[in-house]
This record gives sequence, structure tokens and C-alpha cells, in this order.
Amino acid sequence: MTSWLLLGATEGGLFDLDATLPLMAVQVVLLTLILNALFFRPVGRTVEEREGYITTSRADAKQKLAQVLRLQADLKEQLKDARKAAQALIVEAEQESDQLYRDAIAEATASANAAREASRRELDSQRDGALGQIQADATKLGDLIVDRLLAPQ
Amino acid sequence: MSPPRRLSDTAYLSQMLPLPLALPLAELEVGQHLYWHLGNLKIHGQVFLSSWVVIGALLALVFVGTRKLERDPRGLQNFLEFLWDYIRDLAREQIGEKAYRDWLPFIGTLFLFIFVSNWGGALLPWKLISLPHGELGAPTADINTTVALALLVSLAYFYAGLSRKGFRYFEYYVEPTPIMVPFKIVEDFTKPLSLSFRLFGNILADELVVAVLAFLVPLVVPLPAMLLGLFTSAIQALIFATLAAYYIGEAVHESHH
Repeated sequence: MTSWLLLGATEGGLFDLDATLPLMAVQVVLLTLILNALFFRPVGRTVEEREGYITTSRADAKQKLAQVLRLQADLKEQLKDARKAAQALIVEAEQESDQLYRDAIAEATASANAAREASRRELDSQRDGALGQIQADATKLGDLIVDRLLAPQ
Repeated sequence: MSPPRRLSDTAYLSQMLPLPLALPLAELEVGQHLYWHLGNLKIHGQVFLSSWVVIGALLALVFVGTRKLERDPRGLQNFLEFLWDYIRDLAREQIGEKAYRDWLPFIGTLFLFIFVSNWGGALLPWKLISLPHGELGAPTADINTTVALALLVSLAYFYAGLSRKGFRYFEYYVEPTPIMVPFKIVEDFTKPLSLSFRLFGNILADELVVAVLAFLVPLVVPLPAMLLGLFTSAIQALIFATLAAYYIGEAVHESHH
């Protein structure tokens, strides 16, 4: 049973090294070249292209996100300003309308007072006139009565 | 195939088994080969036949899977990209970021060829095809294949070191001290030896165990051994590729002065 341990001693055996060895080596080298051309290079290119694509799109997306955030902050600022402006405008308008209202009230009150004053004055004068008339009439009547009484009966 | 050979094989196997086994075990045909003659060279035909099946399967898979590569992978492309990624991680981890690209195809081919050989040897019903001599099985169960692969690894790491560092590569032999020189030289011989014998021994032993168990108890009993064999086969492919990558990485490694 030691015969197969001696390399090449007889034909066959587990440790029978022969021309299979170099031919197998050549075959494996050829397989390496073919697999490199058919598998490793194209698949590697695809994977690395995808990795590059993912990296650039991620950077792109990050940039866009930053831009969006900046715009959002900007718009928020603008919105706040606009709100403040609108608030100020409302307050101003309220004050203005208040002022107008008060002016109008004052004016109306004033004109009403004036009218009342005028009518009171007219009333007074008419009353004075009427009183004078009555006075005169009373005097005349009294005179008449006196005349009649003292008249020759 | 001469009669004394058969007897010696039978004796060998009978010693392994504590059973009163007669001649039929010789049907396991350990160490018999289908010889082809190329001029005055002899080659093992059954190894080439099964290796062509393995290579054909690999090329078919790769050819079909890479016909239409897309940015959104679909179907087989996913699987191939997973393989590529796995091999890249292996090579990058062992060889290092700078040099791994040059050696990725070699490491990947070693891994795929050994893996498909081992699993093909275990899973394909080779027994259905009977050869006049020897039998079909994993190409890696033949010492020629594993020695060829191991010597390729040796050449690869010498070439990697010399092409990257020139003669500074030999500084590796005197690091960290010149006392290491004999050990490092011995290592250059033990590396291919251990690589080839580890793979050869594991795969052959797995095939033998399964064959013997299947011969003794044809049903159910060999199944655990078969599953274990699949596991070892995968592990051996990984070990071979990882060690090859590690040796290349060691050769191209720049030590810090």
C-alpha cells in the first residue's frame, strides 16, 4: 500500500502528479481572464457607478434640503413681517375709524347744540315779543277799561 | 490499471473500516484515474471533464447574469452583485485598500472555482456517468488541481510583491529581524504545501466518507455526512481564497520604517 505514496512509481494513486497540474493551472488562469472580462469588470463598474450615483444624488438632495430650509426660514420671516404689518395696519385703521366716529359724533353734537340754542333763542325772542304784545294789549285794554269807566255815563 | 494496484487499494480501505469487507469496496476506486495521453504526457481525464462542467456552469451563470446590467438590479444581477461584493470585501480586508483591485479577479476566481467544484462534486449525480477508469467528482479532490491552484497563489504573491516593491520585497524576509530569514524561506514552501493539502485532504476525505457511508447504509445515514461535507466544502473555498488574499496582502504590505 505504500506504492502510491511514491510519486510516479506506478500508474495511478492519490498523489499522482502529472501534466494535469500545469494544464489545470493554465485553465484557471484563462478562467480568471474570462471571468475578469465577463464578471468582475462589468459588475464592478455597475456597482461603483451606482455607488457614485447614490453619493452624488445624496449630496444633491442634501444641498436641496438646505436650500429648502433656507427658503422656508426666509418665507417664515417674510410672513412674520407681513403679519406684523397687517396688524399695524389694522390698529391704524381702527384708530382712524374711531377718530372719524368721534369726530362725527362731536360734530353732530355740536350742530345739534347749535340748533337747540338757536331755537331756544328764537323761542325766547318770540316769547319776549309775545309778552310785549300782551303787555301792550293789556295796557291798551286797561286804558280802554279806565276810559270806559271814567267815561261820561 | 494493474491488478496489484487494486489489491493495495482494497487493503488500504479495509484497514480503515472495522468491518469484514470483501472486494466490493474496491469499487470506490480511490486513486484511479482516467488517463488521457497528450503526446507522451499523461493527464487525468476525469478531472478535466468535471472541471469543464464547473467552468461551464460558472461561465453560463456569469454570461446570463451580466447580459443586461442595470442601475436597478433585477433577478440574477442581484445575486452576481452580492457575490462581487462578498469577494471585494474579502480581498479588500486581506490585501488592503491600495492593491486589492488588481487581485480581486484572481481571488474571486479562486473562490468561485473552488466553491463550485466542491459543491458540484457533492451535489451533482456524477455516478450516473460511468467512466472506463476512475470516476467523476470534484476537481479539487485531485492533488493536481489543488497543487496547481496553490502554485498559482505562490506565483501571484511573489509577482505582487516584486511588481509593487521591486527588490525591496525581500526586506520582508528580514523583518522584524534577520533571524527570521530561514523561517520566511521555509514559509514560501509551506504555504503552497499547506494550501494544496488542506483543500485536497478535506474534499477527498469528504467524498470518501460519503461514499463509504453510502456504500454501507444507502439510506438516510449518509445525509448528515453530506450536509457536513457541504459545509466543509464552502469553508474550504473561503479559507483558500482568504489565505491567498492574505499572502498577497502580506507581500504588498508596506512596513512602517
